Amino acid sequence: MRLIKEKTKINFLGESRRKVALVVSLVVVIASIVSLATRGLEFGIDFTGGILLEVGYPEAADLEGIRSNLLASGFDDAQVQYFGAEDDVLVRLPPQEGDSRAIRERLQEVLAAGGQTVDLRRVETVSPQVGRELTEQGGLAMIFALMMIFAYVMFRFQWKFAAGAVAALVHDVIVTIGFFSIFGLPFDLTVVAAVLAVIGYSLNDTVVAFDRIRENFFKLRGIAADESMNVSINEMLARTLITGLTTLLVLFALLFLGGEAIAPFSIALIVGIIVGTYSSIYTASATALLLGVSAQDLIEPVKDPELVDDLP
Amino acid sequence: MNKFPAWLNLLVLAILLVGMLLALPNLYGSVPAVQLADANGGDLSEERVAEVTRLLEASEIVPEASYLKDGRVVIRFHDGEDELAAAARERLRSAYDGELSVAPTLAPKLPAWVRALGLSPMSLGLDLRGGVYVLLEVDMDTALDTRLSLYEQDFNERLRDAGIINRAEVDGSVITVRIREAEELERARQIIREADDEVLISDGVDGRSLRVRMTDAQIQARKDLSIEQNITTLRNRVNELGVAEPLVQRQGEDRIVVQLPGVQDPNELDKILTATATLEFRLVDSTRELPGTRQYPGRGDEPNQYLKREVVASGDQIIDAESGFSEGQPAVFITLDSTGGERMLATTLDNVGQPMSTVFIETRRDTVIRDGVAEQRTIKTEEIINTATIRGVFKSSFQITGLTPLEARDLALLLRAGALAAPVYKIDERTIGPSLGQDNIDRGFQAITIGFLAVIVFMAIYYRAFGLIANVALLSNLVFIVALLSVLQASLTLPGIAGIVLTVGMAVDANVLIFERIREELSAGSSPQTAINSGYEKALSSIADANITTLIAAVVLFAFGTGPIKGFAITLSLGIVTSMFTAIIGTRAIVNLAFGGRKLESLPV
Repeated sequence: MRLIKEKTKINFLGESRRKVALVVSLVVVIASIVSLATRGLEFGIDFTGGILLEVGYPEAADLEGIRSNLLASGFDDAQVQYFGAEDDVLVRLPPQEGDSRAIRERLQEVLAAGGQTVDLRRVETVSPQVGRELTEQGGLAMIFALMMIFAYVMFRFQWKFAAGAVAALVHDVIVTIGFFSIFGLPFDLTVVAAVLAVIGYSLNDTVVAFDRIRENFFKLRGIAADESMNVSINEMLARTLITGLTTLLVLFALLFLGGEAIAPFSIALIVGIIVGTYSSIYTASATALLLGVSAQDLIEPVKDPELVDDLP
Repeated sequence: MNKFPAWLNLLVLAILLVGMLLALPNLYGSVPAVQLADANGGDLSEERVAEVTRLLEASEIVPEASYLKDGRVVIRFHDGEDELAAAARERLRSAYDGELSVAPTLAPKLPAWVRALGLSPMSLGLDLRGGVYVLLEVDMDTALDTRLSLYEQDFNERLRDAGIINRAEVDGSVITVRIREAEELERARQIIREADDEVLISDGVDGRSLRVRMTDAQIQARKDLSIEQNITTLRNRVNELGVAEPLVQRQGEDRIVVQLPGVQDPNELDKILTATATLEFRLVDSTRELPGTRQYPGRGDEPNQYLKREVVASGDQIIDAESGFSEGQPAVFITLDSTGGERMLATTLDNVGQPMSTVFIETRRDTVIRDGVAEQRTIKTEEIINTATIRGVFKSSFQITGLTPLEARDLALLLRAGALAAPVYKIDERTIGPSLGQDNIDRGFQAITIGFLAVIVFMAIYYRAFGLIANVALLSNLVFIVALLSVLQASLTLPGIAGIVLTVGMAVDANVLIFERIREELSAGSSPQTAINSGYEKALSSIADANITTLIAAVVLFAFGTGPIKGFAITLSLGIVTSMFTAIIGTRAIVNLAFGGRKLESLPV
């Protein structure tokens, strides 16, 4: 069975296609940046600090009632919403004044008002200080990962490829985070983890394509660089799509079955993998071409591309 | 062509069998149990197991199994016998109060032979089993201030004993010692040197004072000591609470992580964990004029008092404390260590008939919102709970009153577990209820199952026989991840499960690369055997590159991540490593066995 026909000859990197792709990428990236700058992100309490309670009620909960109870007790900045089901309620509060234990006890009383037996499923109290640190660490982690990856691709290929790979990754990160901003999805610590996994995945795609490009630079001598890259991308197209598909299969399983807590994580990965697949075809190779990559660039560093092969 | 030597086939098989054996303990599930640990942290013996079992059987509580695990006794019951387990816990608590810490737990239902091999199942993170996670920050400024005050008191006394009239004062991080007679400066320097030969001593500008500072090394050592002492104290407190498998661990420069599986009430925990309640004993200064004397408020009806600067004894010198009643009033019976006892003896000898006060000290941290920014503020309460006239000479054992019964009980527990060397503040706390934990396990398991099924069905249809081979590899990959997690005892968290799910999707990538390459080679006219060989060979550099780059991201995630995120990084990294083995070597072994060395017209790929 084949998803696509055996020998595709799609002109991914032709002049006009490249321009269209560039415009599409620019529009999406700019939209993401604008949204991030104006709307920002729905940061979870991991980053903002505050109090979060997940409460299970014996039957469908009355959100309005809970809200007015909280309001009456002085918690006027509480966000109340269903969490996955109608008998499961999530309450979020910004950092509160006073002793945290007393506040929590009061919240528990308010939520169990009316003598309902409630199941306190989760309580998180994060100080703003920890939130600030996590934000800083998350940002640092991304920058550090990108630097390490640039170094690795430079070592394995050449700086023009490394620049292409990193451009594709920056593109993926901005668009994935932008997606969360545009659609107002909750951005918590697991999303940062997902974005880093997207970096790994998208790079995986890019590197596999680069590997084939390098091979073809040698095999198809005398052909222009963009031609040779296009052949390579076509040759890897089936693999790119199939791996993307199997990964998306499990991620959709995770999204629909993994529960509410892991949903933002799944969404980030799904968006990131779709964007990453696109970017490894367009952004990475197009950037390398833009930088004038040619077969000459690879002659020095590559002595034996199958150095690691020691199988019988 | 395409034949593995026999030893390689056997090696692959052996690795798979070892993986299955290591993963095996995870299949048994867990049952209610009671865990006993030595209250002082020592290891328990086999005799103890027999003794405990006899004791329970005498009370007609028959456990399903009892055994020793990591120096602790585990008493296991059948599934659903929660009430029996609770009865056993009560019986053991009353029998071994203070000697052993008794905690309810869940134990894996492993047969004896699996246990004998030292195997255990994966440990579950708090988000899967329920419990409390607390991140505490140690207040290092207070720790250093306390040390400086001790220096100050020590220098002052030594100089006075040597007949040098002086005034010592702590100002920020410097102790300024002022000497009345300038010619005694050198002798004073000598005495301070003798008291501590490491501190930095410099001359004050007026020629009659010395400025003493701790060296950076001393400051660091003090910080380390404070953390270590706090960890010990917290462990003791947690033991008093009776929690199975607690974790109290240093994190970074000045933080401590406490993880208590199975604990449900964070409020109860709060009172015990971060409580800094301690005592100080000071003499009343009836003249109100001695240097350093200041006024302390009395609690409730207790009158305010002017107390001397010198501390006679403090909470960290208390080695035992019991709550009870004395003449109908709630009381705490205190035993001091030898230093504290000597000092108390010397003080009471000199001061019979003089009043002495017991000061109750508590530090807590509140959040205040200033200009829209939440800040933490430290509030220290010092109150006199009791002032009594010293009627006779006493040494290390005495009692104090002036507390409510509940306060007396909590204070006794805290004093017994040891005071915190420096106050700690909670900066992050997460409580996960048991129902949510079970939900997370069920959902995660479901996601893995369905995701896995979807992938293997797709692979089987798309690559036919080769797809089936890739599926075997995928399944063994799961076995290896579980095996490694069990051996490393790294906690499995919900994001960790997500990492496994993601690995399932991505692990087929290596096989996709190989199979697509084989298809390419076939359509380029290679013979099936050559196609297999060059398919595997040529795909290798791509696979290696792709996996190493993903590994880089996973390692960065591990280095920067905290808590649950680390769990994701661990399973992702393990999955990448094991999938390289199963997808490249594992599938090749099967492909070689199935197709190698034969004349083939075509390949089912």
